Amino acid sequence: MKDFNYHSAKDSKEASKLASSSSAFLAGGMTTIPSMKLGLATYKDLIDIKNIKKLSGIKVSGKSVTIGAATKHVEVSNSKDVKKAIPSLSSLAEGIGDPQVRNRGTIGGSIANNDPSADYPSACIALNATIHTNERKIEAVKFFKGMFETALKKGELIEAIEFQIPEKSSYQKHPNPASRYAIVGVYVAKHKGDVNVAVTGAKSCVYNDKEMSKALSGNFSSSSIDGMDLDSSEMNTDMHASAEFRASLVVTQAKKAVDAC
Amino acid sequence: MGKISLEVNGRKVEKEASDNTLLSTFLREHLQLTGTHIGCDTSQCGACVVNVDGNSLKSCTALAADVNGSKVTTIEGLETNGKMHPMQEAFKKLHGLQCGFCTPGMVMSAVDLLQKNKKPSDTEIRDWLEGNICRCTGYQNIVAAVKEAATKM
Repeated sequence: MKDFNYHSAKDSKEASKLASSSSAFLAGGMTTIPSMKLGLATYKDLIDIKNIKKLSGIKVSGKSVTIGAATKHVEVSNSKDVKKAIPSLSSLAEGIGDPQVRNRGTIGGSIANNDPSADYPSACIALNATIHTNERKIEAVKFFKGMFETALKKGELIEAIEFQIPEKSSYQKHPNPASRYAIVGVYVAKHKGDVNVAVTGAKSCVYNDKEMSKALSGNFSSSSIDGMDLDSSEMNTDMHASAEFRASLVVTQAKKAVDAC
Repeated sequence: MGKISLEVNGRKVEKEASDNTLLSTFLREHLQLTGTHIGCDTSQCGACVVNVDGNSLKSCTALAADVNGSKVTTIEGLETNGKMHPMQEAFKKLHGLQCGFCTPGMVMSAVDLLQKNKKPSDTEIRDWLEGNICRCTGYQNIVAAVKEAATKM
């Protein structure tokens, strides 16, 4: 791994002041460090944001759950407040990677990286999340732009993610047996008025499946999406699953999620 | 380059290391604690698992600078007065290893499990050891060893 300068920022202000065109923020480092070791990414400066107290912690109000960006997966999965308010979010966190990854990896890191197979982006879309940065608030649907691409500007730091508490919800993933990343993961959330069906792993970026959302908003039963033939032309094909198989898995996982609600 | 101060296996250590030094490199090359193994080097296999401030982590995916000031326990720190830790004893007794390469990480991870869950079921043990890969044993004896150790810890 090429050398860099390590900085530990005390607050968001210092972190964004240190940021440059050749820097990266470091939270759990579960993707940043392996990418740097493999030579896929090089930075002059790594700005550690884990020691910024404001970025860690979980707050539950009547309508929402707000999680600090540097909060670890294990903290989300162990939180009684999250389990009570949005049980599906707690079980999503429990299914990420392995215990050692969950002891280090953070929610902010996961969504900033926007891996096409990551779990948390689907939660953001399904639960109408608002991403709070040091500069502004961004709606989840406007945050995830494409493969590993987000609306974040250089030096902009995610501070917290605010999830809307749904009436019912469930996340069902078909994991890669080795990495536990989602080959396909579907997060179904029934809110007052409409239903979101957020899909990860299937395309280059997380998305809300409009066809299934519409069907489920009309009749919240797995029978209303049974046998739905989704367009697989934009879906991923790799050694783990073909596009056609992924299209079929999206429906299967969505049905499972509705039944589990 | 910066100063890394850690408490490793109860001993205070302080060494200069470049900022890109991984915790696994720091332990193996700066402190000569070669019990921590590097297998895949991409945080998949778990051979490098150590305990930092009460939680297991993969030391090949953590910067030494990032854990500065922490208390670290490696496989070398488990024994007391030349006597093996109950988890090491159980792995030996039940043949929870063959080549032994994955064993330090497997043991460190299993010890962390028992610190958090005193009586894990077979499924809980298998789930917990998901990030530790063994290519020899088929895991049966590893699970048996963890269960045995749970009765002794």
